[in-house]
Amino acid sequence: MSTDPTTRPAPPAYARDAEVHPPLDYPGYRSTALRHPKRGLRLLPHLLTEVTGPLLGEDRISENDSDLTRQHDGEPQGQRIIVHGQVRDGDGRPVPHTLVEIWQANAGGRYRHTGDNWPCPLDPNFSGVGRTLTDDQGRYRFTTIRPGAYPWRNHDNAWRPAHIHFSLFGRAFTQRLVTQMYFPGDPLFFQDPMWNSIPDEKARERLVARFDYANTAPEWALAYEWDIVLRGREATVFEDEVDED
Amino acid sequence: MARYATTPSQTVGPYLHIGLPWPDGPFAVAEGTPEGVWIRGVLYDGAGAPVPDGLIETWQADPEGRFDHPDDPRGAVARPGFRAFGRCPTDANGEYGIFTLKPGPVPGPGGTLQAPHIDVSVFARGMLHRTVTRVYFPEEAAANAADPVLSSVPEPERATLVARPAEDGYRFDIRLQGEDETVFFDV
Ligand SMILES: [Fe+3]
Repeated sequence: MSTDPTTRPAPPAYARDAEVHPPLDYPGYRSTALRHPKRGLRLLPHLLTEVTGPLLGEDRISENDSDLTRQHDGEPQGQRIIVHGQVRDGDGRPVPHTLVEIWQANAGGRYRHTGDNWPCPLDPNFSGVGRTLTDDQGRYRFTTIRPGAYPWRNHDNAWRPAHIHFSLFGRAFTQRLVTQMYFPGDPLFFQDPMWNSIPDEKARERLVARFDYANTAPEWALAYEWDIVLRGREATVFEDEVDED
Repeated sequence: MARYATTPSQTVGPYLHIGLPWPDGPFAVAEGTPEGVWIRGVLYDGAGAPVPDGLIETWQADPEGRFDHPDDPRGAVARPGFRAFGRCPTDANGEYGIFTLKPGPVPGPGGTLQAPHIDVSVFARGMLHRTVTRVYFPEEAAANAADPVLSSVPEPERATLVARPAEDGYRFDIRLQGEDETVFFDV
C-alpha cells in the first residue's frame, strides 16, 4: 500500500454473497427452466454505478401505506398482525431511511391480481400492498393481515407456505434485494421449491420471522419480528491497490 | 469483511404487479423533459417467448457522469427532475420502457473512463434472484472499445449489451437464454 498522501480510499466494494442465494437454474421450480442464463455470469467489479443507488425518500410514501388494515373503508378479514424488524448490512450497521415495499395475499391466500383466480374470495377491504421507510435505526413496521397459503401448479398438489413479499434498496445498486418472509413452523416448507432452492438450511431459516409476544398489541394484533441483512462492505481498499488488477 | 450473513433472495413471483410498479416508475427523468430518451425493449425467455411477468429497473449517472450519492468520492450532485432510477414492469407483450437522460462517461478503476452505461436489474416469475446487465450506447464506439467492463466481454457477446437506435431513443431487448443470450453479470 502506498503512503502517497494523495491516495484516496476507493469507493466501498460490497462483499459477494452468491452462495447465500438460490441458483437461477433450479429444476424443482419449473419456471426457472427457460428463464435462467446458461452462459454463466461475468464478474462485474464494484465501480461507481454499482456502489451508488437510488436514495428514495418520503415522497414514495403516502398515508396508511404501512398499515394495510386501514387502506379501505372497512376492516379486512383475518388475523391482524404487526410485522417489524431492523434492516442492517452485513457489517451490522443499521440501514436508515431506506424504502421497504411489501405485497401479499389476503387471509384466504388470494392476491388482488387479475392473474390470480384460485377459488377464494377477494377481500374488498384488503389490497395487500404496503410501503415504508426505515427510521434512523433501520427499523421498519407494518400492520397487516396474516396471509393465507395458496395453491399453484408447479407440481402435484403444490402449495406456497404463507409469505409476505419484501423489496429493499439499501444504499447501493449491489444491495438491492427482493425476498419473502415466512412464518415459524409452517407445515408446507417441505414441498416448497422456493424454500428448498436456498442451498444452506441456516440461510432458509433467516427468512422465517420470530413470533414476538412482547410486541403484540393487546386485544388488537399479534406480532412477528423479522430482521433483514443486506450485503456488507469489503474491507477498505485503496485506489492504488485497485490499479494493480 | 462482512460479519452477518445476508438474507437470501426469493422470486418476485407472478403477482409482482400489485406491489412493485409505481405510476411514475418508468420516468427516471420527469415526463416531457426535452433531452429525454426512451429505452424500450422486450424481455424474452429461452423459447423466444416474451416474459409478461417481469420487472426492469435501471440505475445510472447523469449526463455529466455524476451521481446524487454520498459514496461517490467526487461528491453527490443532485439534478432537479432527474431520479436516475427507473422501474417498469413488462406488459402482456413482454415490453418495458424507461424514459431517461443519456448518462455521461463515469470514472473507472485506475484512471480509466467507463463508457456511458446504465445498470439494469431484471426480476421475473421464474427467477429466484435478479440478474444484472448493462446498457451501452451504439454511437459511442470509441468509448465502448475502451470501457473496462465491456472490453472484458468476449467480442461476439458484446453486441448484446449495446442498445440499438430507435425513433425516440433506443431499443434494448433482453434475452434470458438462447443463442443471443444477453450478457449477465455477477454483481
Ligand atoms: Fe406470493
